[in-house]
Amino acid sequence: MATIEVNGKQLEVDEEGYLADLNDWVPEVAEVMSKAEDAELTDAHWEVINFLREYYEEYQIAPAVRVLTKAIGKKLGKDKGNSKYLYELFPYGPGKQACKYAGLPKPTGCV
Amino acid sequence: MADVKKFLYVNRKAPYGTIYAWESLEVVLIGAAFDQDVALAFIDDGVYQLVKGQDTKEIGMKNFSPTYSALGDYDINKIYVEKESLEARGLTIDDLQHLVWEDEDDDWAEKDSIKIVTASEMAEIMDQSEVVLSF
Repeated sequence: MATIEVNGKQLEVDEEGYLADLNDWVPEVAEVMSKAEDAELTDAHWEVINFLREYYEEYQIAPAVRVLTKAIGKKLGKDKGNSKYLYELFPYGPGKQACKYAGLPKPTGCV
Repeated sequence: MADVKKFLYVNRKAPYGTIYAWESLEVVLIGAAFDQDVALAFIDDGVYQLVKGQDTKEIGMKNFSPTYSALGDYDINKIYVEKESLEARGLTIDDLQHLVWEDEDDDWAEKDSIKIVTASEMAEIMDQSEVVLSF
């Protein structure tokens, strides 16, 4: 299995770069992953990443993009609860990319 | 929209010990992306899937019961539980999780998703469904 180095520790990831064990996650995981994709994480990115981690904590799943968009709109405001805003932050797809940075598995149903 | 079909996912097995319950839930969540008319049925040992306060630590399996609370977010709000199956196991609706959905057309009012139905009402629901998937 492939690994990424975070804080001098080797963490296992699957063939698509998702963390193998979600308990391995520390904020630096997101930093390392985003650097590898030439993305810079702003507070706006962190808002979504933290939201996803809370969602997973509560429901034990990574939400589908449609559900994520609706839930973000409810929690963080309508101006953020739309796919344009989320795709600007995460051009590889808010589901896939943000979940990866958050250490979650790929959203259920995502191909 | 064209081609919206009435789907019914029938859950008959206890949540752990086999993979059926979790597989069913995953299929339901994946299928929700296709904008179909979806309902869930819980019959026989399947009613145990919705029991609240599940703890799987000792069996080393993931406790996926919190995921049922997300069904409302996926616009799945027709969850039928068979009355006879509950009674045969000494359970009532109070032993089940309180699952709700928010009605967009009613100022996001929270409404109950679970409906207890008799075996004959369940037969009627199955009869009216166009696609029945049994787990």
